[in-house]
Amino acid sequence: MTGVELILLLPLIVLSGAAVAVMLAIAVRRNYLAAFLLTLLGFVLTIMAVALSPGGPQRNVTALFVFDDFARFFIGLITGAGLFVAVLAFDYFRQQRGQFEEFFIMLLGATFGCAVLVASRHFASLFLGLEILSVSLYAMIAYSRDREISTEAGLKYLILAGVSAAFLVFGMALVYAQTGALEFSRMPYITASPDEPLDIIVLAGFGMIIVGIGFKLALVPFHLWTPDVYQGAPAPVTAFIATASKGAVFALLLRLFAQTDVAFYPPLYVTFVILAIASMLFGSWLALLQNNMKRILAYSSIAHLGFLLVAFMGRGHIQSTAAAFYLTAYFVTTLGAFGIVSLLSPGERDAEWIEDYRGLFWRRPFVAVVFSVMIFSLAGIPLTGGFVGKVLVILAGEQAAQWALVVVLVTASAISLFYYVRVVGIMYMPAEAGGADRPALPGLSLQGGGALACLTGLLVLLGVYPGPFLDLVRDMVTTVYAGVLPR
Amino acid sequence: MMLPVLILVPLIFGVGAYVAARVSVAAARWIALLSLAGNLGLSIYIWIAYFGPISLAGVTGPWVLEWDAPWIAPLGVHFHVGMDGLSLLLVVLTNLLGVLSVAASWTEIEERPGFFHLNLLWVVAGIVGVFLSLDLFLFYVFWELMLVPMYFLIAIWGHENRVYAAVKFFIFTQFSGLFMLLAIVGLYVLYGSQTGGTFEYANYIGAPIPRGIAMVLMLGFFVAFAVKLPVVPLHSWLPDAHTEAPTAGSVILAGLLLKTGAYGLIRFVVPLFPWAVADFRPAAMTLALIGILYGALAAYGQTDLKRLIAYTSISHMGLVLLGIFAWNSLALQGAVMLVLCHGLATGGLFIFAGALQERTKTRDIRVMGGLWSTVPRMSGATMVLALASLDLPGLGNFIGGFLVLLGTFRAYPVYAAGASLGLIVSTIYSLRIIQAVFHGEKTVDWKIADLHPREVAIMAVIIGALIWLGLYPQPALDTVQPSLNVMQQTPARGPAQTPVDATPGAP
Repeated sequence: MTGVELILLLPLIVLSGAAVAVMLAIAVRRNYLAAFLLTLLGFVLTIMAVALSPGGPQRNVTALFVFDDFARFFIGLITGAGLFVAVLAFDYFRQQRGQFEEFFIMLLGATFGCAVLVASRHFASLFLGLEILSVSLYAMIAYSRDREISTEAGLKYLILAGVSAAFLVFGMALVYAQTGALEFSRMPYITASPDEPLDIIVLAGFGMIIVGIGFKLALVPFHLWTPDVYQGAPAPVTAFIATASKGAVFALLLRLFAQTDVAFYPPLYVTFVILAIASMLFGSWLALLQNNMKRILAYSSIAHLGFLLVAFMGRGHIQSTAAAFYLTAYFVTTLGAFGIVSLLSPGERDAEWIEDYRGLFWRRPFVAVVFSVMIFSLAGIPLTGGFVGKVLVILAGEQAAQWALVVVLVTASAISLFYYVRVVGIMYMPAEAGGADRPALPGLSLQGGGALACLTGLLVLLGVYPGPFLDLVRDMVTTVYAGVLPR
Repeated sequence: MMLPVLILVPLIFGVGAYVAARVSVAAARWIALLSLAGNLGLSIYIWIAYFGPISLAGVTGPWVLEWDAPWIAPLGVHFHVGMDGLSLLLVVLTNLLGVLSVAASWTEIEERPGFFHLNLLWVVAGIVGVFLSLDLFLFYVFWELMLVPMYFLIAIWGHENRVYAAVKFFIFTQFSGLFMLLAIVGLYVLYGSQTGGTFEYANYIGAPIPRGIAMVLMLGFFVAFAVKLPVVPLHSWLPDAHTEAPTAGSVILAGLLLKTGAYGLIRFVVPLFPWAVADFRPAAMTLALIGILYGALAAYGQTDLKRLIAYTSISHMGLVLLGIFAWNSLALQGAVMLVLCHGLATGGLFIFAGALQERTKTRDIRVMGGLWSTVPRMSGATMVLALASLDLPGLGNFIGGFLVLLGTFRAYPVYAAGASLGLIVSTIYSLRIIQAVFHGEKTVDWKIADLHPREVAIMAVIIGALIWLGLYPQPALDTVQPSLNVMQQTPARGPAQTPVDATPGAP
């Protein structure tokens, strides 16, 4: 291993080092604030390492990793999400009784798993990253041990994630058995010509991989865990699952299918189209029936992953750019939305019922405006990042002549308006006297308010002046196609 | 540089009014009023300084004023705004009705006045933006942007059933807007590369779009504008929204938001897809006819005063749709005149309904009657507005309605004959307002105040403008004529306009 490779690996080294450092610090002396600050330091150093590492295409490190601009971008994005989750978790757990220092080790571990995923170019590192992520998440979801619902959610995730990992490994084994390749770049063209049908074993292998990935992304019909886990997990953890965990897996999907063209063989292609349509429609529709904010956001995130798949369905630069931009806007929005749920949660329960938000604007104008901006972004209203993302996805879909998918997207957006408008509307209604028996929502801390302001600013910036960021994403995306030979 | 100012002033002073309301409510009202009055002054100044015959002689191209800056470079989106006679008149109307609606809600809105004026001014900014945008992407941004504050205006300050009405309004307009977005992006994807990869409106005029695709894209735009206008099967949001909105909201909705639909049809649908529009003409004119008659008949059946006025809007907008799709000089001039005068007259009627509701706490015309002796000033002013609404000669609406019918009759006499039936029905419902509210037996002995000097001033401005447009419409027609000429030439411009089913790019 050369010095350059070490420097390229630095983000991963820093992240794992930070996890060890927090663990040792807790062993020496248990201090919540110190653990939090060390975690923050770890995240900040990781982001600096990402920013300073040399970029460009095809920066392979061993057979397992590649640190091209694509990987750097997503490591940065995921680490940023981890940073915000740490801030949210600090305020969230401070209100509860118990010892929560170890949570930050898990958080760093999960972020490390995500970073491994987006930098992997080999099935082995893919699986390692996914398992590091999952194992950390089991503990994080069930972290509020004294809440029954949290434990239940942890168990549910454990079992289903275990099953999906089994599918994934078996799928990889089948692909390996037939092609002899574990590196993505060694299986770009599995058949000699695009017209030749795919080998049945390879097809089955990739089908099983899609099941495993579909579970992580919570695509319909692999979404059944999502609402329960979102509701049961502590709100900051939900924010992490919705953003970093899904984002990393989606980035992996982008890389895997940018470097191989198997996704565009008819059976798999049709599978993706069905997954996309089902996710968009069911996600939007099922959210209509909910009264729980976390469940609404869970179903909404299912629909949003369906939208992302629309961009994914065309294999090209415009499509990948759209997907990466949409994912970024989705990260910011979702972190903001769950951030508000998390920051408003009093110690004994989460502020998860829609009634908790009645008249919020008149009591807490800042929080309500931030939440409105987040919801408008989810709904794709202009001047938010979500709007530009949606335009890009529609553009990508139409460019790839996916007219049916685009029409479904619009229909699903229209359905989803019902519950977005409902959430916004309830915040601006007069607060009713009947709400007095509910415990008061806690005030914002300085860092919590700062994080929300920061996310809102980012979101509006993405919506009002997306040009420079769009350029960045476009350049970044080209690196993932580098080294793929045209057929 | 003046055009962005027209958009920015309400945006900035809206925030100013919100902040000021924490100190003093009166300050917020004055900030809102004066900023819109300033905007009105600026737009009238533009009219006088740039749209006189002498200044117009030096103008080349369709846009008298233009401002362009790159916005989202990777997508080729520009912040490109421009003004011609049509947009000028509509901007003047927007600012005028903005001032009037601030004045009309001076005493009505007691609750959260700061946030109210923020929303009111932002709606105005969005509408001005819609009338000025020359970039399709920018147009869509403003189009969506005016919905959100309007939603808040209805949902927070509306009447009994406000949340239902606000949600219905939002979902109808958003959903239809998404189809327009699909069509805009479709245009960009299919023909953008041939025109330099921009969303620039002018670049798409005369694009060689095959017939079938043009029809689909045209329908995408048409649905969005038809919901706003509204065209009859898509109108069901309107009576609810107009009825439940506070006075200022109703004025803006009826006077301006509906006009964005008419503007969109004139500016975008016909020039971009002339052949598809020609194919679609019989359907659109039939819908217009249904709208005229249905709106008028439904208006006659209402007992809620605001709902009654709302249905009359549907009828009048049917006439506008007829004029636009007839697409000849006279009919277009008539449609524009009707848009302007309907904005003033119906805005005035909603201000009257709001003033009456503020005093009597009801909108039910069955409990009114015999109010003439109690409120003579209100009665007189309302009668003029009602007469305008039934197209009485001497008031602006007559010019509009007459020109539309005349223009339509030349090309499509059957439709014109059907539409003129609407005039008869409009007489019935207009007189019914007067009859039921001001004449007849007193069912309840109301002790209410007549119009205050503030309200008298509002009514005087509206009636003055209507009389001016009715007696001497030439300045307005002269202003709008050049831009209508430009748009009418477009179907003939460019070699690619032949309606053949050729694929784009084929030789």
